Amino acid sequence: MDISPILEGFGVVLEPANLLYCFVGVIIGMLIGVLPGLGPGATIAILLPITYGIGPVSAIIMLAGIFYGAQYGGTITSVLLRLPGEASSVVTVFDGFALAKQGKAGTALGIAAIGSFIGGTVSILGLTLVAPVVAGFAVDFGPPEYAALGILGVLLISSIGNGNKLKAIIAACVGLLIATVGRDTFTGAERFTFGSLNLAEGIDFIPIAMGLFGLSEILYNLEERHNQVHSPAKVGNVWPSRKDLGQAKGAIGRGSLIGFVLGVLPGGGAVLSSLAAYALEKRRAKQPERFGRGAVEGVAAPETANNAAATSSFIPLLTLGIPANATMALIFGALLIQGIQPGPQLVTEHPDVFWGVVNSMYIGNILLLIMSIPMVGVFVRILRVRPAIMAPITVLITLLGAYTVRNQVYDIFLVIVFGVLGYLMKKFGFEPGPLVLAFVLGSMIESSARQSLLIFGGDPAGFLTRPISGTIFALVLLVALWPLIGRFVRRKTPARVEEKISS
Amino acid sequence: MTILVGYLPTPEGAAAVDAGLREGALRGERVIIVNSPRRGAPVDEHMIDDAAGAELLRRAREAGVDAELRQPLHDDDLPETFEQLVRETGATLIVIGLRHRSLVGKFIMGSEAQRILMESSVPVLTVKAAQ
Repeated sequence: MDISPILEGFGVVLEPANLLYCFVGVIIGMLIGVLPGLGPGATIAILLPITYGIGPVSAIIMLAGIFYGAQYGGTITSVLLRLPGEASSVVTVFDGFALAKQGKAGTALGIAAIGSFIGGTVSILGLTLVAPVVAGFAVDFGPPEYAALGILGVLLISSIGNGNKLKAIIAACVGLLIATVGRDTFTGAERFTFGSLNLAEGIDFIPIAMGLFGLSEILYNLEERHNQVHSPAKVGNVWPSRKDLGQAKGAIGRGSLIGFVLGVLPGGGAVLSSLAAYALEKRRAKQPERFGRGAVEGVAAPETANNAAATSSFIPLLTLGIPANATMALIFGALLIQGIQPGPQLVTEHPDVFWGVVNSMYIGNILLLIMSIPMVGVFVRILRVRPAIMAPITVLITLLGAYTVRNQVYDIFLVIVFGVLGYLMKKFGFEPGPLVLAFVLGSMIESSARQSLLIFGGDPAGFLTRPISGTIFALVLLVALWPLIGRFVRRKTPARVEEKISS
Repeated sequence: MTILVGYLPTPEGAAAVDAGLREGALRGERVIIVNSPRRGAPVDEHMIDDAAGAELLRRAREAGVDAELRQPLHDDDLPETFEQLVRETGATLIVIGLRHRSLVGKFIMGSEAQRILMESSVPVLTVKAAQ
């Protein structure tokens, strides 16, 4: 393996400007991680217009910093206030808050920070080693393979993600539909434009992302009545004792692995891996009853896993150009804004972007470790801000940002329309994630499917006769039919299922 | 018969609790210490934790007063919260701490203490922090 591009990547990261963006990114990530409500997805969506003004490397370094920084921040409120800042820190609440009640909040936070650091670093090492290999393999992909991958991606995301599968698939179909709006690139025919010039250009990714993730989340959170107010928490010594570290060692190791593996899977990501890591530790423990009453492993495992997953979810994006979760779809969009097509060519065509972003994660994790232990008190202060003050400012920034991209008031209205749509979707139990992902992948699926049909001379059987695209379509079929197969298998072995549930 | 004491973890609040407990011992009445955080933010720095609450109640016991701590949420209107408590508990006196505010500060931000003074239906005793 040639390591000179990796070393050059470090050179890119260590430029003062990029270091600054990395620092800014992780600080914003920590802050919004602490704040319940606003997640990394919403923040990245709101900040997308800012990335126009700065170079691609700096932009992605900052957005990535927000993403993994939020995983650190989410822990703080879980432990101190039993208030998970992020969905991926929900399981940390059980043991983290129990530890805090015993006066060991510092220990929990310290263990979480150290676990997060180790999980993140293990995952970056994995990313460094695995990504070029996957990308090298994918370089031979042609349009048929991409069309197949895109379809598989949409299907996986809507079927693995949390919540109602049917609703996720409906949302994904709406996303695919929205992707078709505009003038057709092959024939110039107008589709769903209703004679509007604005619609003829197609719907841009930024207003959709800002509306569905940013505005809708603000609206949705405003509705919530905050009937629980906490007194400010005091954090004592944050250095965990050697005994605690010894206890958490195994959990951190296993959490790193689980997080890395689950993060790569589409739809998996940080939330799923933190749940899985917690469940595994509880099952392995000699005294499972300790969990929920302040077991150090119960904090270490999920926190390690969510950071490892946050990092490894970059692998499918940077190597195949398939975003593994909704936040990755936003980073995908940010890359497209910069004129960079994520995919296997990224490593060879834009090594500065690829290795710059990957290596910035080492630096970002070190920054987070340094900041998170002594500065917990500072970050907790942001919790005193009332949503009634926060929300209008965030909305203003969102709408202003949407306007600055193209200086068109039309974009502001688009953001509002998608904001209201996203709000209604959440009210009725639809996740906006699959919609945005399908929208991002939709244009790729369409153009590569039509290119392949041109290659095949109009014969769709060509998709199945090429080995790689054929295999991927077989996988598509497997995923689509999985619920049926699952039901069949379950009927055959009811005893094992019961065992699974009870454990 | 009860006495309501408005308490925040400040010197003024401490003075109010002192005065309220003295008054409670003198009249032989129950004292309700009100520590009301504002609704909205997840954390309010004026909300006291369980340990601080227990300490207040311990002081009340030492003074020989039957005391209780309540932490109702309030929205924008603290005086309204007090009025509600007066109606609910039949309190005969409200004790609050006062701090000095400049004219401009009072003009812009308003003064909750002043509004409690004006709007309360029962007598209000105001105290200043120990100099």
